[in-house]
Amino acid sequence: MSITGLPAGVGSSLDAAPSLAYGAGPAPVLAAARLALSRDLTLAFRKRGQLLQPLAFFALITLLFPLAVSPELSRLRGIAPGVLWVAAMLASLLALEFLFRDDAHDGTLEQYALSGQSLTWLLFAKTVAHWLLTGLPLALMAPFAAMSLGVPASAVPGIVLIMVVGTIALSLIGAIGAALTLGMKRSGALLALLTLPLSLPVLIYGARATELAIAGNSYVAPLQLLAALLVLAVTLAPLAAASAVRISLE
Amino acid sequence: MSVNLLEAENLQLWRGDRHVLKGVGFGLGKGECLQVTGTNGAGKTTLLRTLCGLMVPEEGRVLCEGRDIRADLPAFHSSLMYLGHEPPLKADLTARENLHYWIGVRRRLAAAGLDAALARVGAGAWCERLVRTLSAGQKRRVALAGLALMFAPLWLLDEPTTNLDAEGQQVVGALMAEQLARGGAIVVATHQQLPGTVRAARVLELAS
Repeated sequence: MSITGLPAGVGSSLDAAPSLAYGAGPAPVLAAARLALSRDLTLAFRKRGQLLQPLAFFALITLLFPLAVSPELSRLRGIAPGVLWVAAMLASLLALEFLFRDDAHDGTLEQYALSGQSLTWLLFAKTVAHWLLTGLPLALMAPFAAMSLGVPASAVPGIVLIMVVGTIALSLIGAIGAALTLGMKRSGALLALLTLPLSLPVLIYGARATELAIAGNSYVAPLQLLAALLVLAVTLAPLAAASAVRISLE
Repeated sequence: MSVNLLEAENLQLWRGDRHVLKGVGFGLGKGECLQVTGTNGAGKTTLLRTLCGLMVPEEGRVLCEGRDIRADLPAFHSSLMYLGHEPPLKADLTARENLHYWIGVRRRLAAAGLDAALARVGAGAWCERLVRTLSAGQKRRVALAGLALMFAPLWLLDEPTTNLDAEGQQVVGALMAEQLARGGAIVVATHQQLPGTVRAARVLELAS
């Protein structure tokens, strides 16, 4: 449905700019999604303090374990997969609360919903931005945290690969929780209660793959299962998040 | 027989136990302006949000050129511009960046067009400042530049002259007059007199 029979910008002092005529047409959906991504990245780099919080949290948790458990590297190596993944999950959760909240407050989500573009794609772009700002840095920081837990350097490439796949899935699953809790006051606890159970398969397969990588064994099977979860999350999470956002806008 | 650009049929909407829209209905042709008035809390914003499809009425429907907007919401949305009473701007972006990201998501934009729109609303001199440093009136002007850039056939405006000085109100009036002259339609919710030379084809008063 489009409104028909209107002349192209008649009487506007802006007609001089050819691109402003009605005929200039809507932005392609991928270009719109790229803009949404670029906007979130620009905003994030203007508030660098917020960017560092999940990383500092991740580093703190992984550093606390040797103090609490034992400084013995052989013992730490045994618990490293679990420590890394629980820390990554919680650190990722820290930033999730802000994924849609500010945009809901200032009317940006409303404008996205009314843009004529696919809300699913726009929210997917926002989730990608969240991963680039939180998940990717965590994946890149994981080797240092792992080595501080006695993990051999030979396991580092595998750990980075597993963390990259797993953190993308965590961001996508988290987007569903962030969208569902939109508009609720003090939604942090509810967000955790919704998101953490959904993220359990990622935790299980991620930790198993990491354990195998540390032991020097093949981690292909759990990584494939993790990748399958990622495919499922890419397919369903943006749709679910878009539906939840639409409901919250009512 | 000409078909209305926008038509509302017997809109009934409740919010909790409050019956906000009680059988609202109207037709709006091309080149016409509908003014929605009413006391605070009468449901003006709710009506606008229902007309643009953000809220679903319990009864009744909204038609665009004779077709139910729910049949193809994205296409309907690409033909309308809704401006709420708070401009959708990010405090940590400049006025220019805000427009680039806000309108660019909807339609192709050229830098020259962006500058022309900002100059048109008197924002050319300070468009590179962060929005957090702007006054409420200046923010409203940036939102108006978005309106000027969209050329959407249907405008839904919620208190468009809030926080604006006399010159700013004239800009709103000129933009609205141009929209009507090119065959667009406007639904405007405001307590105040319509700015400039704009006259409402009809006035809809909502009872609280």
